[in-house]
Amino acid sequence: MSSLSRDDVAKLAALARIEMTEAELIELSSQFGMILDAVARVQDVNLDGVKPTSHPQPMLNITRPDVVAPSLSPEDALSGAPAQEDQRFRVPQILGEAE
Amino acid sequence: MSATYDEVVAKYDPVLGLEVHVELNTNSKMFCSCTTTFGAEPNTQTCPVCLALPGALPVVNEKAIESTIKIGLALNCSIAPFSRFARKNYFYPDMPKNFQISQYDEPICVDGFVDVEIETDEGPKQFRVEIERVHMEEDTGKSLHVGGATGRIHGAEYSLLDYNRAGIPLVEIVTKIVPGTGKYAPEVARAYVAELRDILRGLGVSDVKMEQGSLRCDANVSLKPMGSEVLGTRSETKNVNSLRSVERAVRGEMIRHADLLNEGKKVKQETRHFQEDTGLTRSGRSKEQAEDYRYFPEPDLIPVAPDAAWIEELRKTLPERPSIRRKRLKEEWAVPDKEMAAMINADVLDIVEATVLLGCDPTKARTWWLGEISRIANEKDVAIAELSITPADVAEVVSLIASGELTDKLARQVIEGIIGGEGNAKQVIDKRGIKVVNNDDELIAAIERACAAQPETAEKVRNGHIPAAGALIGAVMKDTKGQADAAKVRELLLGHLGQSGN
Amino acid sequence: MINKTAAEMADALSKGETTSLALTQAHLDRISAVDSKVKAFLHVDKEGALAQAASVDAKRAKGEKLSPLAGIPLALKDVLAQKGVPTTAGSKILQGWRPPYDSTVAAKLKAAGVVIVGKTNMDEFAMGSSTENSGFGPTFNPWDLTRTPGGSSGGSAAAVSSFQTPLAIGSDTGGSIRQPAALTGIVGVRPTYGAVSRYGLIAYSSSLDQAGPFGRTVLDTALLHEVIAGHDAHDATSINADVPAVVAAAKSGDVKGLKIGVIKQLQGEGYQKGVQTRFDESLKLLASLGAEIVEVDCPNFEYALAAYYLIAPSEASSNLARFDAMRYGLRVGDKDGASAEAVMNITRDAGFGREVKRRIILGTYALSSGYYDAYYGSAQKIRTLIIEDYAKAFAKADVLVSPTAPTTAYKIGEKVDDPMAMYLGDVATIPVNLAGICGMSLPAGLAEEDGLPVGFQIMAPAMQDQRLYQVGAALEAALNSKWGAPILSNAPSLGGAA
Repeated sequence: MSSLSRDDVAKLAALARIEMTEAELIELSSQFGMILDAVARVQDVNLDGVKPTSHPQPMLNITRPDVVAPSLSPEDALSGAPAQEDQRFRVPQILGEAE
Repeated sequence: MSATYDEVVAKYDPVLGLEVHVELNTNSKMFCSCTTTFGAEPNTQTCPVCLALPGALPVVNEKAIESTIKIGLALNCSIAPFSRFARKNYFYPDMPKNFQISQYDEPICVDGFVDVEIETDEGPKQFRVEIERVHMEEDTGKSLHVGGATGRIHGAEYSLLDYNRAGIPLVEIVTKIVPGTGKYAPEVARAYVAELRDILRGLGVSDVKMEQGSLRCDANVSLKPMGSEVLGTRSETKNVNSLRSVERAVRGEMIRHADLLNEGKKVKQETRHFQEDTGLTRSGRSKEQAEDYRYFPEPDLIPVAPDAAWIEELRKTLPERPSIRRKRLKEEWAVPDKEMAAMINADVLDIVEATVLLGCDPTKARTWWLGEISRIANEKDVAIAELSITPADVAEVVSLIASGELTDKLARQVIEGIIGGEGNAKQVIDKRGIKVVNNDDELIAAIERACAAQPETAEKVRNGHIPAAGALIGAVMKDTKGQADAAKVRELLLGHLGQSGN
Repeated sequence: MINKTAAEMADALSKGETTSLALTQAHLDRISAVDSKVKAFLHVDKEGALAQAASVDAKRAKGEKLSPLAGIPLALKDVLAQKGVPTTAGSKILQGWRPPYDSTVAAKLKAAGVVIVGKTNMDEFAMGSSTENSGFGPTFNPWDLTRTPGGSSGGSAAAVSSFQTPLAIGSDTGGSIRQPAALTGIVGVRPTYGAVSRYGLIAYSSSLDQAGPFGRTVLDTALLHEVIAGHDAHDATSINADVPAVVAAAKSGDVKGLKIGVIKQLQGEGYQKGVQTRFDESLKLLASLGAEIVEVDCPNFEYALAAYYLIAPSEASSNLARFDAMRYGLRVGDKDGASAEAVMNITRDAGFGREVKRRIILGTYALSSGYYDAYYGSAQKIRTLIIEDYAKAFAKADVLVSPTAPTTAYKIGEKVDDPMAMYLGDVATIPVNLAGICGMSLPAGLAEEDGLPVGFQIMAPAMQDQRLYQVGAALEAALNSKWGAPILSNAPSLGGAA
């Protein structure tokens, strides 16, 4: 029986940037055992020497030529912005530094 | 008390690792058709793809792949027959998808090297910097922090985001660890980045302007006690944006690490930020836990599998390697070692070569670019390449001197005029009314005026006291507004005062 | 008029017996009459639809050459971006967002003169099999308003089965077109992966997602398939090849000598009795038409569900990272000097529903360092084994068949607290998505025990989509003559003027 503790779920939620309530954390951790048992069936098969499939069609080298096409107007680009200022997206203060 | 650099290198052996990010100079972005022009109004160069609007999909820029393969070839790498894009998952507001399309365990180029040469106490010495991998990825947007102190992230009240840069193709070049540089670690780091820059410029794949961020270096430094085999803990100094800073950052980190180790403290594995003004680094905000990037193959993109024919076609387009070119130019132009080093240091090799290719004498071309023009650039505190003077301008000025239409002194005025935006050499000459006064009658008239004004000095010269002539020559030059050839004035003056033959 | 097939409507338009404006208005009236009960639509774009209808009528009046479906109303699943029209993917996190661009599917529909009357309800980000996971409330099955229409394209399926539109677009990541088609008694096709552009299709699982057509007949579905399929340079996974001749296949419907493979693993135990009965009956009908029925073995299908519920959530956890309150959509908690990070966290908790969060967490786990090989990596290998199973099966048969879903439509709320029971409903549809091939569901009759529609699934190799239509058309004709009328004629009228 697999399981994930409330703290495991809290760590994953932080990685996924979701602020979960205590009730959500507990509910998810209680459901996860069953779900993980079900998905862990992928480990029941002998997979030695089997290649992974990441793309359903066996295609290679799909590219586009280096040609410029018109961009969105800044009005369209910012049309969905929850807040904007000086033709830029306005966002709350950023804490961490960029990568 | 901080250790001196000599003390540091006597006790510790530095190990380098360098990661360089290069923005490619493609017309369009890595995964969409937005233009890549630098300096546009905010958010004018974005589309559903680079803004990560719901539903938008990336498609790889073919030129970016070609450029990356060329870089790999120029760095002596193997080109992978099968390579894939992967998603690097982490949240950051300047990255619209909250994942970066990059390459992970299947990069396009692996296992190369770059040889760099530096000046050591024992003369020039070559170091080999091994390349671990070269891979493709995309740049992020830019944030502007408002409120708090001068645009810094700390204390800002909010931030403004511009995604014009988001999705510009980036190539990341990662070295293996570079051991054995000893006290020359800072110089080797600098020489490596300089060599890389020259190689990339030669390939024509990037603008390689460190000051604009199209070439950015992260320097990893660690120290191990002399003779130890165990690597020390490294720090990673981010976004060091000039060659000089690369050298300073490595040196600074070596001293900082040594101080910590000498005090029995541990070096923290962390990201540091180089500060141009002090030459020191400061700690980046440390994350609570190590990021788990959850890399997986990018399902929206198809694997890249360059065939041998394509690679060979690209190999044929590679230009001469910079180190070989430098040797060739040094011989062709018969430049002394010191002068050659000065040219490389001042980054004028390309521009001098362009001038020579226009028919200019190599020594004269070098002298002008390295002398007067460098001086003006220093004064203005800009790069030579940014001045509005071209190789054609310099070639013309040199040819005007050769034909006697300009003196060296006048030529300096012309160059100043060109840089000042007054037009080309001819236009500056016209506008300023510059001309060499070669007419003997005019010069004799001026000499007579000078002698009349300083009769006692004229008398001294007439009596054989030649050094006194200087004051008279000066007066003549002043009278002719510097447009006379001083040598000629001297000759005529001495003749006029009965001292010919001297 | 609204009870006719799309092909009949197109015929009436071309003969001048009606106009697109009249046809569109009739469907808008039907929507007003019944959608308060069915709740198929999240947004009805009345003005846009009437304007497009008028424009098509004007072109027809001028004698311009028009595409076969010009002027026919259609419902678009809300997972596809339509310029200027609210597009939410069934999620509160996108409430109010109006895309500044068209998905390729929307652009192709517009170019063909198809009249998009509105955006249909769906499980949030297509995660679900009942449309109960919509952020805006469930859709109800027109056959029985206490039951679900299936999902995730439940809104589209319900719209077509309740005669609100003759055609609709859905998307199918693990069965989200075929299963609701089965549960509402209509035809739904998931085309070959890469056959229809994903550009503008809000991604759930990039390597599994595919948009496709719904219709009330096999021919109508083929006509719509032909409009939306084709290579698109904006989608790197789009197949650069001719669209299979699906319309011609739907018109021919000849199965003589065709080998039809019955997948041993996708029948029997776990399948409702009435479902199995109608499936067996359909097989006999196909045999009577001259098809050869063979049994095929796909041993690795047993692991398909597990592989799917690792791959799809993994890709989703990354695809849904962009919903972060910075550039568009919902922003919650931006006050009192809250940081961008805090606002992201709060918004994503408030904007995403339970199932979406469950899958994001599962996917984050499956990709995380130390677990990748055991979960995501193994799932990708299972995918290879399933592709190999199909390859062996297709060596023995031209098409493969199974019931579409193990049961008929279930009650709303019945499985909502039991995610595993819900996931099991996708057991027969998921292998198609993992292998990137194509599949169709068409109605095979009503189950005796509950009188609800049963779906018959046909599967064909990649880019052999025409085989689905060939077999589907044959079975449809045989079933219609057996039952004396299309199965949908048994559906309740819902009190509207049908």
